[in-house]
This record gives sequence, C-alpha cells and structure tokens, in this order.
Amino acid sequence: MPELLEVKDLHTQFFTRDGVVRAVDGVSFELAAGETLGIVGESGCGKSVTALSLMRLIPQPPGRITKGEILFDGQDVLKMDDDEVRGIRGNRVAMIFQDPMTSLNPVLTISRQVSEALELHLRMDRTESRKRTVELLELVGIPSAKSRLDDYPHQFSGGMRQRVMIAMALSCNPKLILADEPTTALDVTIQAQILDLLKNLAREFRTAFILITHDLGVVAGMTQRIHVMYGGKIVEKADTGELFANPKHPYTWGLLRSIPRLDETRREKLRPIEGLPPDLIALPPGCRFAARCQYKRDVCTEKEPELVSIPNAKADHEARCWGTQAGGWLVDVDYRTDTTVFATAKADA
Amino acid sequence: MATLSAASASQQHAADVNVLVRRQRSLWGDALYRLKRNRAAMAGLAVVLVAAVLAILAPVIAPYDPIRQDTPNSLMEPFWGNPKFTLQQYPLGSDQLGRDILSRLIWSARISLVVGFVPVTLVFLIGATVGMAAGFYGRWVDNLLMRLVDVIYAFPDLLFLIIIMATLRGTILGNLLGGLVLMFVAIAVVGWVGMARLVRGQVLSLKEKEFVEAARATGATNRRIMFRHLFPNTLAPIIVSVAFGVPSAILAEATLSFLGIGIKPPTPTWGVMINEGFVVFSTTPWPVLLPAFCISLVMLAFTFLGDGLRDALDPRQRAR
Repeated sequence: MPELLEVKDLHTQFFTRDGVVRAVDGVSFELAAGETLGIVGESGCGKSVTALSLMRLIPQPPGRITKGEILFDGQDVLKMDDDEVRGIRGNRVAMIFQDPMTSLNPVLTISRQVSEALELHLRMDRTESRKRTVELLELVGIPSAKSRLDDYPHQFSGGMRQRVMIAMALSCNPKLILADEPTTALDVTIQAQILDLLKNLAREFRTAFILITHDLGVVAGMTQRIHVMYGGKIVEKADTGELFANPKHPYTWGLLRSIPRLDETRREKLRPIEGLPPDLIALPPGCRFAARCQYKRDVCTEKEPELVSIPNAKADHEARCWGTQAGGWLVDVDYRTDTTVFATAKADA
Repeated sequence: MATLSAASASQQHAADVNVLVRRQRSLWGDALYRLKRNRAAMAGLAVVLVAAVLAILAPVIAPYDPIRQDTPNSLMEPFWGNPKFTLQQYPLGSDQLGRDILSRLIWSARISLVVGFVPVTLVFLIGATVGMAAGFYGRWVDNLLMRLVDVIYAFPDLLFLIIIMATLRGTILGNLLGGLVLMFVAIAVVGWVGMARLVRGQVLSLKEKEFVEAARATGATNRRIMFRHLFPNTLAPIIVSVAFGVPSAILAEATLSFLGIGIKPPTPTWGVMINEGFVVFSTTPWPVLLPAFCISLVMLAFTFLGDGLRDALDPRQRAR
C-alpha cells in the first residue's frame, strides 16, 4: 500500500544571531492513509517544527527547510510553488493548534472562520458554506449550532473553541490532520472529551492523524504508532502497545517514569529526568541524550548511534541507543525493575 | 396562576432547546452600548449631528446669500448688543461688508465638515495601506516606507502645511474649488504618517498571533490574511484616530485660512471669517468671536466623541 505521507531526512534550521538552530535534524517517517501517529517529546525537541515543516509554515526568515523530502500523496511538498502549497493547506492537510483561545480571530464570527476553508478550497458561496458550517459544528458536538453561527469566539468556552478548531480542520475532508498539542490548553475533563471526539472523527472519516504532544498519557489511547523525539531527532519508533510494554530507549524510560501511575503502590517518588534538553545550536558529538542518561558509557559521548531495529522486540521497533542495540549493555535491562536509577538517586542524597 | 405556568413552560422550552436566555452582543454592539452610556460623547455626537444638518441644509436654512453685501448696514452687532447698532434682519450682526454673519456661519459649517472628513478619509486610505504593507511584509518594504514616514514626521506639521499651501496656491490644483482640493491634499500629505505608524504597530503585534498562523494553515493568501484577518483587528484604534483626526483637520483649515493661505475668499469658512473680522476687531469683536466659538464648539464635540469611542472600543484602557 502506498504511503500517504513520507518524510525523508527532513532538516529544518533557524538561522539566528547566536548560530544555526538545528530544530529538526534528519527526521524520517511514513504514514499510511487513515493511520494515527503520535509524536512525543518534551518542549523544544522539534515536534512542532516538524509539523509546521510538513505544511511549509516555517517562518522564513529565520527558518528554512535545508534538506529532505516530504512526499504527500507522492508529490514533494518542498518542490511545490506557493499556490500549490496553499491548495493543500486546509484542504488535504489541516492543522489543529495548541491554544484555542488565541487561534481563533477575535473579531470574526464563528461561521466566517469555519467557512473560510470551504470558500477557499471548495469554492462554496455564502449560503452553501453556512449550511455546511452548521453540519460541521453539529458534528463536533456544539449544541444548537445554528443559533451560534454568528457568535464571536469570546462567547465560546475553551473546549467549545477547540471543537470549532476541529470543525475548521475537518471542513474540507482532509486526508491528514496535524494536531499540535490539541488538549494542552484545556482542563482535564475537557481533554478527554476532545480526544474522544478526535479519535472517533478520525476513525469515521478515515483521516490520517499526527498527534503531537508531550504527554504520553494522551497518545496512549489515541494512536497506532508512536515516535519519540529528542533534540531534533527521532530516538524511538514503535507500535503504541509495544512502546509502553517494551520501551527501548533510556529517554523513553525517563518519560514513562515521570508519569504518575494509579495501578502501582505508592512506594516510590516520581522520577523526573534530570537536566535540560540539549542546546540545539551547539549539539554534543555523541548521543544527544547522553548528558542526561544514567546508563551512558564512553561510546555514547563519542559517536552518535543510528536508529536501528532492537533485539528482544518487534521487528518494526527501532531505537537510537548504543546500549539497547544488539550487543549493548542495556539489552536485558527492564527499566521498571532496574536499580541503577535508585542507586544514583541515593548517591545524590 | 395561568401566567405563572406559561412562564415556567417557556423557561422549560428554552432549556429544552438549550438556548441561553441572554441578550446576544457582538463586539461592535458592546462598544455601541458603552458609547451610548457616555454622556459627554453623546453630547459631542449631538453637536456634530446638528452641525452636519446645518451644513447639508445650508441653502435652505441660511436666511441670506453668504456673500451678498449690504454695505449701508455693515458692522451691525448681534441682537444682544447695543440696540442702536442692531438690525432685526441680521440676528447675529453683519461684517464690514454688510454680509449676514449667521448665514456665513452656517455656510462655513459646510466647508469645515468637508475639510474635516475628506482629508481624514484620504489619511485613512493612505495611512492604513502603507502601515499594513510595512507591518506585514517587514524587511526592506518596512524600512523604505517607515524612513519616508520619518522624514515627513520630522517636519513640523504647520510649517509643512504652510509651505505646501503657499507654494501651490497659484497652480491649477490650488484654484480647484476655491483652494479646497489643495487643502485636502495638503492635510492628507501631512497627516497620513501618524495613521501609518499606528496601523504598522498594530499589524506588527497582530501578525505574530496564532490566528494568523491558523489562517495560513487553512490556505489563506497574504492578501486575504491582511484584509480579512488583520484589518478588522486594527479597526478600533483606527476609528479613534479618525475621530481625533477630524477636529485637527478642521483646526488646520481654520489656521491656514486665518493666515490667508487657506480657502480663498469670498468662500466663507470660519477661518476666513476670523481673518476678515480681525481688521475690525477694535470696533466690534463679534465677527471674530462668533466663528471662533463655532470652531471651539465643533472641536470640543469631536474630541468628546473621540474620547468616548476610545473608551467604548477599548474598555481595558479606561482607568477607573
């Protein structure tokens, strides 16, 4: 089956006064039609820049996609002219932004904003697009949608606004939706509702989905596959179930350890990952996570590992770590029972 | 009892269809509501409206032709003056050529309001376009346009106006409509820079907002983003600036006409009347005081209205 989206060796860089920020540094992945993918990582690891690069929305200058290919439906997005890219944006690829409070224009009515893509891409006139807008708003669960068409964003709550954003994204039946932290700005009860809505709609319309988040809990129930990003690179790729059952990168372990769990006894504290993500201007020569890794050895700071298949795991499970590769010193380590972490924690105390 | 149950039934109905029982207000409706509660602004608006009606209906309302001379009855005083020097047919007196001051004041309102609004419209068109382009495109476009703005801004307004009016008065442009067209152009050329700066500043901050990125992600073109997404967001400060621009244009006209390089006599304007009345000021002050009073009143009215609009459109700035 041909892939819907193929990203090959994507490099996005920002040219600032302090130097070149290598925000996305050689990212490759594929996505089939109707598939859902989660991209996980902490702030500043290149998740959002990856998403913006896919739609060529990187502000230019200072940003530039310096290398790579983005094949959408077989066409290279990076080789398109501006009109062609605009024809894709909002039409075949749509985006949902993080903060519904600021991503709706405060002085335009809801109907005008939702119908924008309809008018631009489907050439609908005012009456048609209003009718379709009502349908879309009902689809995303806005009660008495018809009477709220001419309301302004400030008359909607945060959750409702995010629903409007989803309606906007769905308006042209896109093949791919990029959701950049769609629930981060919402409170927890609303988060669950919005995630449910996204999941159901994606399934119903067979829309492929890339969900970008820093919260592993959010992607757990949502996506088929997860890519973990760190320092502008993908450090681990796996099926969602496999990633949670059998993670193979110390960074993923760190992320999982810092999630509070309900199903375990409260004998231990949460273990955050110490330190900060690497400076993307001056990257270390070896593994990007080495500075914060409790398992590092000399090789980690000298040579950068490749993203390769991992022993003791499913075939399509890949990780970028010297320790968990074939012959590495972490192959048989189970992060849940491993005591190295506790040992270092004790030594610190 | 019956009404009670009916009321509860309608409430029940409202709850059923999930309609919020409240008054819907749009952004502009809200602003209008606040403006209406501002007494000073409403008084200002009333004065402006009266002046506008007088100006439009001048040919009907004015008792005499404003340039009809009645030399035997020159320099009459208003009706509250010395009865020896008043005439019933000229309730506000006459000037040194025997022209009816009341008629001249009414006709002058025409010029003043036109001079108030036409240049401000030009200022808005030029300033908003330049400001939008500079703010949105940035880089060399911004640099080029803003350096031009700086050059004009560095010049004292009045000096610039005087230079334009004095040098171009004799040309064809200066003679169109008794100098009115040149006046429009001069005030617009001097005034657009402020508007351009205002709009540029607004656009600079607005274009970084997420909704612009969202619009781009839906495939909107630059032009669409500028006109449909950014422009309506800049409208509130623009309206306020226009409201303050009108009185300053009126004042500029009066100043230039008073200096004798504005509207050419015999076309009556308040500035021209002050200029002409000045020579007889020691005999009777009224030919000067009455038009001066009109200018002050209209300026005050527009300023109140502008203040009210500012408070109404941006309630956060109001210190209370």
